[in-house]
Amino acid sequence: MSGTALSAIRPPAIVLGPWGWARANLFSSWWSTAVTLALGYLILRWSLDFVVWGVVNAVWTVPVNAQGKADATACYSAKGVGACWAVIADKYRFILFGRYPYDLQWRPAVCIALFIGLFVVSGLRAFWRKELALIWLVALTAIGILMWGGVLGLAYVPQDMWGGLPITLILSTFGLAFAFPLAVLVALGRRSTGLPAVKLLCVLYVELIRGVPLVSLLFMSSVMFPLFMPEGVNIDKLLRAQIAIILFAGAYLAEVVRAGLQALPKGQQEAADALGLTYWQKTGFIILPQALRVVIPPLVNTFIGFFKDTSLVLIIGIFDLLTAGKIAISEPTWQGFSTEVYIVLAAIYFAFCYAMSKYSHGLERTLDRARR
Amino acid sequence: MSQNIAPATAISPVPAIELDKVNKWYGQLHVLRDVSLTVGQQERVVVCGPSGSGKSTMIRCINRLESHQQGRIVVDGTELTDDTRALDTIRREVGMVFQSFNLFPHLTILENCTLAPIWVRKMPKAEAEELAMNYLTRVKIPEQARKYPGQLSGGQQQRVAIARALCMKPKIMLFDEPTSALDPEMIKEVLDTMIELAESGMTMVCVTHEMGFARQVADRVVFMDQGEIVEIGTPREMFENPQTDRLKLFLSQILRGH
Repeated sequence: MSGTALSAIRPPAIVLGPWGWARANLFSSWWSTAVTLALGYLILRWSLDFVVWGVVNAVWTVPVNAQGKADATACYSAKGVGACWAVIADKYRFILFGRYPYDLQWRPAVCIALFIGLFVVSGLRAFWRKELALIWLVALTAIGILMWGGVLGLAYVPQDMWGGLPITLILSTFGLAFAFPLAVLVALGRRSTGLPAVKLLCVLYVELIRGVPLVSLLFMSSVMFPLFMPEGVNIDKLLRAQIAIILFAGAYLAEVVRAGLQALPKGQQEAADALGLTYWQKTGFIILPQALRVVIPPLVNTFIGFFKDTSLVLIIGIFDLLTAGKIAISEPTWQGFSTEVYIVLAAIYFAFCYAMSKYSHGLERTLDRARR
Repeated sequence: MSQNIAPATAISPVPAIELDKVNKWYGQLHVLRDVSLTVGQQERVVVCGPSGSGKSTMIRCINRLESHQQGRIVVDGTELTDDTRALDTIRREVGMVFQSFNLFPHLTILENCTLAPIWVRKMPKAEAEELAMNYLTRVKIPEQARKYPGQLSGGQQQRVAIARALCMKPKIMLFDEPTSALDPEMIKEVLDTMIELAESGMTMVCVTHEMGFARQVADRVVFMDQGEIVEIGTPREMFENPQTDRLKLFLSQILRGH
């Protein structure tokens, strides 16, 4: 082979650019052209209708009378043809912070900022060092102090006054932060061969918790659990819901992690064993880094699911974002404008979930690139 | 058959590995039958036999990647039992190279080599890296140290696997068909590395079908079939004057293949 010069043959030419892409994907046959045109028409029409309703004919503000009551007449007359964003302008603080004392609402607002800052910092690879644990500890302590108060001259705010977005962020952040390590331990336990009792316990935990709906766990935590507690012992309602969410998420995540453990070739374990690594060294350096990398997509899928599932605490009377929104529109002035509120709530949930999803894609790519 | 087994000649008074009537079953399947073998210090033993003969199982029992059910295995004076401390001692002293390399794909070549010295031998990182570079130079790929295993050819990966095992400064090296997963043009580079290692006086037990390698470096060749050791002898005795029909058949088959 080496002596002869092989003549290079160019790959067949392809039409590039948006027109080439459109011809290949949208208008490749008469059938595909018909579908493209029909869907294009529908999409265009609906988006136009939405813009007319949501922007052109929308009512952005309404007058407020001397008692601070909003006058929604303008909204009622625009009903059906234009959106009433005035309901958001009037109720956004209630939706975001629930019944938290109005004058103190800067505190939950700072908490939201702290949470978002925490997520961003944890996402940056430059911060993946031991100090990150410290950052978390400091941030979560600060959030606790800000929400509760009672120290540093901050007025005390009891937990049943909390509400809105901070509740959603607290439940999901603490929920996943505790559920994930729990899940890893349970997944490892479920695959352990040397400790049959541990294995049995892990199997029972996963199967029992996974076998009941989250709603019933939340009910149990809020209604039945206090009955079993000795008199005088009263665990905070939010904490009980939080524990129920951790246990539930833990069982689901454990199965995702287990899938990753199973995907790992047996040779990796054997190589680690042959080198004399202990069980925890092997698990920490060889098994988990590879197993977890494989399951990033289903892990994030479960994370996203649980972020939204925290809204189920509404049934036990905890004021999360969704509950706060629901109560905001039960006010007589704003009855009938639920669409606008739900659109905003959906947008908030979407922003968080989409960020998670985008981040996981990016993470997969960087981890892949590191190996090429 | 036992009359055909040459008595195991111990080169040194304390044998490196001693297997005494080792038996193992997979369910009902009897995969090791009364396997007895003594490997002396600095001895090079090549184990061959048809697939399913138990040769891989036997060497995997030596560092307990598989556990035996009957008999005794003593490695470097320590008996293999359920005692994990004994097992840790043995695994520190016994290096292993696998057919499928089993490098850690998420770690660089250098990290692959330094992980165990740092965490098992408690060696300072700088020292471990120096040691790793030393061995990577010996297997002739120091320039690949910062790459990941996936970026290397099969032959290079297997040489890294050898270097990784050597970084633990083992007294004994086990090779489980180290060239079977390689393209023909890469087999030589791995065999050359192994020959060099053999010449340095390492105690080696090597499962392989490379008869040229066996002829060149083995002190003794062990032929296994159906879970038992059928013949043991020097390469010359084994290849030029096989005693059993089973070995004759095996040799004719692998020679036809070459």
